[in-house]
Amino acid sequence: MLGRLSFADIPLDVPILVGTFMGVAIVGIAVLGLITYYGKWGYLWKEWFTSVDHKRLAVMYIVLALVALFRGFADAIMMRSQLALAYAGNPGYLPPHHYDQIFSAHGTIMIFFLAMAFMTGLFNFIVPLQIGARDVAFPFLNNLSFWMTAVAFILVNISLFIGEFSQCGWLAYPPLSEMQFSPGVGVDYYIWAIQISGVGTLLTGVNFFVTIVKMRAPGMTWMKMPVFTWTALCSSVLIMVSFPVLTVAVALLGLDRYFGMHFFTNDGGGNQMLYLNLIWAWGHPEVYILIIPAFGVFSEVVPAFSGKPLFGYATMVYATCAIMVLSFVVWVHHFFTMGAGADVNAFFGIMTMIISIPTGVKLFNWLFTMYKGRVQFHATMYWAVGFMITFTIGGMTGVMMAIPAADFVLHNSLFLIAHFHNVIIGGVYFGYICGMNFWFPKVFGFKLNETWGKRAFWFWFVGFYVAFMPLYVLGFEGMTRRLNHYDNPEWYPWLLVAEVGAVLILFGIVCQLTQLYVSVRDRNLVENRDLTGDPWNGRSLEWSTSSPPPPYNFAIVPHVHELDAYWHDKENGIDTRHAGGPYQPIHMPKNTVGGIAVGVLSLVLGFAAVWYIWWLAVIALVGIFATVIARSANQDVDYYIPAEEVARIENEHTRKLMAQAAE
Amino acid sequence: MSTDHSAHEGSSHGSVSSYVIGFILAVVLTVASFMIVMGHSMSPSGTLTAISVLAAVQVVVHLIFFLHMNTSSENKWNNNVFLFTLMFVAIFFVGTIFIMTNTAEHMMSR
Repeated sequence: MLGRLSFADIPLDVPILVGTFMGVAIVGIAVLGLITYYGKWGYLWKEWFTSVDHKRLAVMYIVLALVALFRGFADAIMMRSQLALAYAGNPGYLPPHHYDQIFSAHGTIMIFFLAMAFMTGLFNFIVPLQIGARDVAFPFLNNLSFWMTAVAFILVNISLFIGEFSQCGWLAYPPLSEMQFSPGVGVDYYIWAIQISGVGTLLTGVNFFVTIVKMRAPGMTWMKMPVFTWTALCSSVLIMVSFPVLTVAVALLGLDRYFGMHFFTNDGGGNQMLYLNLIWAWGHPEVYILIIPAFGVFSEVVPAFSGKPLFGYATMVYATCAIMVLSFVVWVHHFFTMGAGADVNAFFGIMTMIISIPTGVKLFNWLFTMYKGRVQFHATMYWAVGFMITFTIGGMTGVMMAIPAADFVLHNSLFLIAHFHNVIIGGVYFGYICGMNFWFPKVFGFKLNETWGKRAFWFWFVGFYVAFMPLYVLGFEGMTRRLNHYDNPEWYPWLLVAEVGAVLILFGIVCQLTQLYVSVRDRNLVENRDLTGDPWNGRSLEWSTSSPPPPYNFAIVPHVHELDAYWHDKENGIDTRHAGGPYQPIHMPKNTVGGIAVGVLSLVLGFAAVWYIWWLAVIALVGIFATVIARSANQDVDYYIPAEEVARIENEHTRKLMAQAAE
Repeated sequence: MSTDHSAHEGSSHGSVSSYVIGFILAVVLTVASFMIVMGHSMSPSGTLTAISVLAAVQVVVHLIFFLHMNTSSENKWNNNVFLFTLMFVAIFFVGTIFIMTNTAEHMMSR
């Protein structure tokens, strides 16, 4: 009846998990209780869960990403603490079985549910506003994508309390991840989480590609498109070409595990090296999927806070496109040591080094944008400058490891760990947080507190260096990744330093939470309110609407004359909003329960398949098909906002603008 | 977003006859692949070549009859995107063969 699920699979013998479960249960019940007490279920359901508004979905994506950050960071600091203790005679507090699940979950969560969700959140909020569109091309798919990502994250967290998670690292290399060596449910949880969230990501890629190609405002030719939108386009292309490879690779691994096939096994004609080839053919583009939008964020932030247009717009676009193509011909650098000859390794080593050229172009563009500009050292700019320094160092260590001969020494050592955290924290994370600080007033109509933003930055920035510079040293001293215990006295002090760094980063996260709290508390203070919709004297179209934007974004679709469309309009006294109308009724998509229904059914399918509860899996699968067919046949998917309603909202905003100008 | 979501514009969505032709071709190609493999009538390398060719033809059948690719001007974007996809697929195929044959030579794997 319940497949291989039994009461013994609940890890009551692991006190850390029992404690965590109690904590999660108490907080969960408190949150649910508060929602019920204030009677907000209907509001959440109508305005958020079933919403197809890209702005609402953006907020939900970023909330999901922040929750994933807490989970992923909890894993990180547990690993650091284990290594600060587990020296010589002390076994530490995490047995290998638990420790291995933690590092696997840490990588999986940070990439798929923090970084990808945050990125999709930024896409959702900014892209339609920047191109003057009223929503994305496929609003229903957008809602569905969110729920697929969210339930996959829930599935990963279920593994914490029912059964176990994968112990095979974040990419589940065979043969370790095969049935023979991992007979438990861990790898199956991993497989289903990746596949479910992969559907969401792929649909997101298609959605934003079509949106950007088809729905730009009149006059916005390719070379008048804001850089963030360019980076979203390149990222979407990479998603569309690389995610199917991940899906196939993980599906083949699933076939090995579920049906006893032999794609990647040791015997029966399998070849586990092919899995590495497949997974990295996705994995390398994946890191560029994440970093390219971060480059886009900096390309918007640096001009805004330097009071100058972006230096070298065209080179920025070409560099982005060059990176997009090159990122697809470098994947062997993740497995130089697998046994390919000098021809293969030399080719991919050189291609890897070439990628640093367009990236360098970008860095110089940002620097020249700041050069002789009126740079305001706003909290947002702190993250940008911190990124430039940190990412350059990370990039240089990457070029070092692109030399195959050097990689033979450094492969799978902590040097590698330091390198990719250097580019992912210093690049991706700093970029997304920079973007969050920058666009927050547009989303909610009030600014984030700057003092706490700067504190958060300093803790993260210093904490990063204290936590990861020792790892470079440890890599040179020969410490490999994923160790549970060691007895080398030379490593011990460096690991203590790294633990201090992790604690500093913890303070950084606390400061970020405080920043959110303080900002919400002080949201009605005059200096924090954003009444004009243009708090930073911005350059692109999103700053021309009110903050938060009305459901339809633009009452009258703007006409684009120049690059930096809104700046051009401001300079030439053109009213981008066409205040006063005349307004037309606006055609909008209706909310849908389809997305959340397919999402929940996918969660049931995933859980049932992990535990071999086949009757439940079949019911869920039939339910998914039925929902999709019902939704496809539904013709009642749109409505019109009447012109009078549009006029009322717009006149309200005009009145605020007038009042602001009068002060 | 003045585009009406319920209306289809641009590329054609095929007719019943084109779907039926596509379906019959797809079934014939699939059955042929199974017969070649299960009949053991050819040498292993011959079998591999034959089913690879049939798979490639199958892809073309799907593109024309189910995804409605053609040379009309409304399809310009579709075709450009398809060529771009082909480029990535080519990089991936050639790269994989390059890497895996070279690795097999050095590691004496399959």
